[in-house]
Amino acid sequence: MKTAISYPTEGAMGKTGTWRVFRPSIDIGKCIKCWRCWIFCPDAAISKGEYPVIDYEYCKGCGICANECPVNAIEMGREEK
Amino acid sequence: MVSDRGEIMAIKDLPEEEYVLKGHAACPGCPATIALRITLKALGKKTILVIPACCSAVIQSLYPKTSFGVPTLNIAFEASAAAASGVASALKILGEKDITPVVWAGDGGSYDIGIQALSGALERGTDFIYICYNNQMYSNTGIQRSGATPYGAWTTTTWTGKKERQKELAEIVMAHHIPYVATATIAYPEDLYNKMKKAKEMKGPRYIEILTPCPPGWRFDMSKTVEIARLAVETGSWVLYEAINGKVEFTGQSKRILEGKERKPIEDWLKMQGRFRHLKQEDIEKIKRELDEKWEYYRKVMK
Ligand SMILES: Cc1ncc(C[n+]2csc(CCOP(=O)(O)OP(=O)(O)O)c2C)c(N)n1
Ligand code: SF4
Ligand code: SF4
Ligand code: SF4
Repeated sequence: MKTAISYPTEGAMGKTGTWRVFRPSIDIGKCIKCWRCWIFCPDAAISKGEYPVIDYEYCKGCGICANECPVNAIEMGREEK
Repeated sequence: MVSDRGEIMAIKDLPEEEYVLKGHAACPGCPATIALRITLKALGKKTILVIPACCSAVIQSLYPKTSFGVPTLNIAFEASAAAASGVASALKILGEKDITPVVWAGDGGSYDIGIQALSGALERGTDFIYICYNNQMYSNTGIQRSGATPYGAWTTTTWTGKKERQKELAEIVMAHHIPYVATATIAYPEDLYNKMKKAKEMKGPRYIEILTPCPPGWRFDMSKTVEIARLAVETGSWVLYEAINGKVEFTGQSKRILEGKERKPIEDWLKMQGRFRHLKQEDIEKIKRELDEKWEYYRKVMK
């Protein structure tokens, strides 16, 4: 019997950022670097630079990051595409 | 910051390693994915996941690609604990001591169809971790009731609201006298991470259950996933605890509630979810009464 094996790949379902209707944007002037947005992003689309960086190729626009930011540094705006 | 018990105290101290890769198939705002990200940060790459039919098997993405960065065995809906027992035996024969076999299953696969295999593996003392991510229904097949669906909740098979109470799988698991049982939720990443770390360092059967509120299944806006998980704990609907060798200790907000902190009104949690929209006042009274009884019971047994 042959076993089907899959290999770890970023973007296995393609560029899932195209699913997005609302676009988060971070005002780093307000950011206190608590990293809540980073840990709660279901899509692992926020990385830890000096400030959080959103990968718009994969962000699905759920808005959890904006909802969980304690200082309202993330705003959701309608995507223009 | 790390406490003197070696526990992580702040989100910023969680490892950056990522084992859930960007571009997976989960719905926007998915709780299972948040839970798995934090879990794998704790368990690390020397983990073999066993995943039965459930949302996570879909989130994983399609052959020949996977979005999970650790080896994963996909198995039939009812068979995850049996398959993990096989993986544990193979690792033992190979002399691989640092690899942990870990079941990652939904509540349908754990409370209902998988409970027999789970009970067997626990009773045999299998050296593995069983994780149930509990979204309180079968989400992958389009929202059907499970043994974990709470009283009153709408699903496509309880469309006037579930008439029965949910059961408590973690308490059934505790009756197997295993070394470690814990409950957690995604709203408290440090608590979840520390419990996973603790489980990883132990031997024998270990069970962790994570409450994962699901936007399409519970009918709430996808930005509220974490907020609803937090409110589940603050209202006392979900309880955080761990039991090391049978000794139960409440943790985090649940510990504070046990010590006398007031619970937030359960209505705050219910009214955020469309699945409870049809509830009548008498249903809410019943839910409140049962919640009071549950907490009275905890206070009694935890004394
Ligand atoms: C024996 C068997 N019965 C039914 C199914 C169909 N099925 C696949 S996933 C699933 C529901 C899984 O629910 P749960 O375990 O709660 O995980 P979730 O989808 O909520 O993540 C069902 C009924 C199956 N795969 N195998
Ligand atoms: S909107 Fe959702 S997917 Fe996008 S960065 Fe925020 S949490 Fe991640
Ligand atoms: S949640 Fe807000 S404050 Fe915290 S790191 Fe993200 S943007 Fe900064
Ligand atoms: S149905 Fe719920 S648990 Fe399943 S992928 Fe979607 S959000 Fe996640």
